[in-house]
Amino acid sequence: MGREEILKRVQQNQPALVSLPNIDEIPTAQNIDVVQLFKEKLELLHVAVFEVGSLEAIKTTILNTYTSTERLVTTIESLQDIASYIQTVQEDAHSLENVELAIIPAHFGVAENGAVWVTESIVQYRVLPFIAQQLAVVISKQKIVANMHEAYKLTAGTTYDFGVFIAGPSKTADIEQSLVLGAHGPKGMMLFLLP
Amino acid sequence: MHTTVNNHADASIVFNNDEERVNWHDKTLWFIREKRDKASHNIDEWEALRNNASQIKNNVLSNLSQYLIEFEEKAKANGVIIHWAADAVEHNKIVHSILQKHGINQMVKSKSMLTEECGLNEYLEHNGVEVIDTDLGERIVQLAGEPPSHIVLPCIHKKKEEIGELFHEHLHTEKGASDPQYLTAAARQHLRETFLTRKAALTGVNFAVAETGEFVVCTNEGNADMGAHLADVHIACMGIEKIIPEQKHLGVFLRLLARSATGQPITTYSSHFKNPQPHQEVHIVLVDNGRSIHLGKEDFRNALKCIRCGACMNTCPVYRRSGGHSYHNAVAGPIGSILTPNMDMKKNADLPFASTLCGSCSNVCPVKIDIHDQLYKWRQVLVKEGYAPATKKVSMNMMGWVLSSPKVYNFAGKSARWVLRNTPFLVNNKLNPWYKERELPEAPKQSFKEWYKANRK
Repeated sequence: MGREEILKRVQQNQPALVSLPNIDEIPTAQNIDVVQLFKEKLELLHVAVFEVGSLEAIKTTILNTYTSTERLVTTIESLQDIASYIQTVQEDAHSLENVELAIIPAHFGVAENGAVWVTESIVQYRVLPFIAQQLAVVISKQKIVANMHEAYKLTAGTTYDFGVFIAGPSKTADIEQSLVLGAHGPKGMMLFLLP
Repeated sequence: MHTTVNNHADASIVFNNDEERVNWHDKTLWFIREKRDKASHNIDEWEALRNNASQIKNNVLSNLSQYLIEFEEKAKANGVIIHWAADAVEHNKIVHSILQKHGINQMVKSKSMLTEECGLNEYLEHNGVEVIDTDLGERIVQLAGEPPSHIVLPCIHKKKEEIGELFHEHLHTEKGASDPQYLTAAARQHLRETFLTRKAALTGVNFAVAETGEFVVCTNEGNADMGAHLADVHIACMGIEKIIPEQKHLGVFLRLLARSATGQPITTYSSHFKNPQPHQEVHIVLVDNGRSIHLGKEDFRNALKCIRCGACMNTCPVYRRSGGHSYHNAVAGPIGSILTPNMDMKKNADLPFASTLCGSCSNVCPVKIDIHDQLYKWRQVLVKEGYAPATKKVSMNMMGWVLSSPKVYNFAGKSARWVLRNTPFLVNNKLNPWYKERELPEAPKQSFKEWYKANRK
C-alpha cells in the first residue's frame, strides 16, 4: 500500500522536533486515604463494596445472593467450592454466554476513579469480565494506588497480552442521558476488599 | 457519506423549526458541560495535565514519522498485521479485502469516527457485507438511517419516544414504550445474539502506544470488547495522529478524556490490546486521508492533537442550538469546523463561519487546541481563496469602502439612522437575516460624534 508515500509526506510536513514534557513533574494530591477514596468512587460507580476479613466471608456473601442453579465461575482457586474454577482456556469463549457471575482477582485498584487493572493472565478468557451478567472482583486494600500515573508505574515492565481498567458495571446513557446499568457487559458489580 | 442539506445555516433553520427540541438539546448538552466542569475542578492539577497533554501531542506531531515506524515494528512483533491506507477508498478496500479473505459477510463494529469519515458502512453494504453498529447510540441512528450527530453521544438529537418507535419497528418492543431501561434491555438482548454469531469485529482506536505497539479502546458499554474478544478477526482502524510515545503517557490522557467528555473520572472500560488471542487475527489499518498534508499547515496542524472528547461541542452555543447534523460531517461542532476544511475546503467553507468566536471551545479543550483562533484564521483563508458566500463578499466589500472614507462613513451613518427611524420596513424584512429572531433598538437621532460636537463645552 502507500506506506512509503505516507511516511515520506509525514516526515516532510512535520514541524521541528519539540521535546517531551517530564510528566513526573505533574503535581498530585499527597497524603490521601487511598482506600477511603477508592470506596467513595466505587459507590458513585454503583459498585457494591464489601470489606471482608477472609475468603470465607466472600463465599458467604455470594452464597446468600445466588442460587445453585445459576452458573458461577471463578479464576480464584480457593473459591472453587462455590464456583466452577477456570484454570486455563479449554473451551470456546462463546460457551461463557450463560455465566451469571464471574469472580475474578485484580492486580490493583486506582483511588481517583475506582478502576481495577485486570489482565488476560488472571481472567484466562478475555471476554469473561464482559460476558458475565454480574462481576465480582477481589482485591487487597494494600493494592490501591492514588492515580493513573501510579497505575502505569505498576504496569510498566509487566507483560500482558491484553489488559483492561474496569470501573464499575457496563453502562450507557445514550437514550436521553438516562443512566442504565448493563449495556452489553455486566449489569452489576461487587467488589470485595480484603485486608 | 450521508448528507442532507450541505450548508450549516440552512440546516440550522430546519433544526430550529422545533423550538422545544432545540431548547431541550441545548440544555442537555449544557448539563454535560457542567458535569465536565465538576469533574475537572475536582483535580487540582487539571491545568498541569492539559499543559502536559498538549506538549506530548506537540512532540507527537513533530516526530510522527518516527513514532509510526516504531509503532509498526512493535505491533508486528506482537503478532498484529499492519496496513497503511492513503485515503478513505484505500481504507475501505483494505477492510473489505480482510473480510473477503475470511469469507465473512457480517461484521460488528464499535464506535469509530474514522470509519464514519471514510464512509465504510455504505461501502461494505454496497459490497454485500452487513455491518451492525454495537454502541447503543450508534445502533439507534443506524436503525433510523441517519449519521451520528455527536462523536461521544451519537443520538443526542433523538427523543426517547422516537427511539421507542424505532425499536418497536425493528426490535419488536411494545408499541408506545419509551422507558430507557426497557429499551436498553431490548437492545442488549438483540446485540448479545449478534456478538455471539459474528466472526469479525471492527473497533476504533483511542490511543496507540509507539513504545509497546499496544492500542487502547475506551467504552462505557463494553461493546468493543464483546465484539473483539468473541471474533476470529479483529480489525482496528486509526488515523495516523492517534499515536502517543510511551505507555506512561496514557496516564495523562486517560485522566483527561472521560472527565472532559462526560464528567466521568474514567470510562468503564479502557482496554489495552497487545497480542492477538490464539487462533485470532488482529489487523490495524493506519489511515492518512489528508492528515499528512494537514500536518504541513502551521496555522492549522494543532487540530491534529484532538482526542475526540467532544467537550468543545457540548460547550458551543452554536452547536447546542444547531445540532450535529447541520455540520454535514462525521465530526461536528467547533473541532469538526477546523478539521474538515483541510479535507475539502469548498465543501466545508460554511463551517468556520458557524461560530460566535466566543472561545469557550479552546478553554475546555483538554489538549489546548486553539480552536477559536483557527476558526478565525480559516475564515480569512476561505475569503482569500474565494470560498466565502457571495452575499458575504458583497457586504464585506461594501463595508470596506464605507469604513475607509470618513465622508462616506458619516453619510452612511446618517442615512441608516434615517431609514431605521422612518422606513424600518426597508431593513426589517424577510430578506435580511439580521432580523430573524431579532429586533434592533430604536435608532438615535444623532450619532455620538454629532452629539459630542453639540455638547462639548
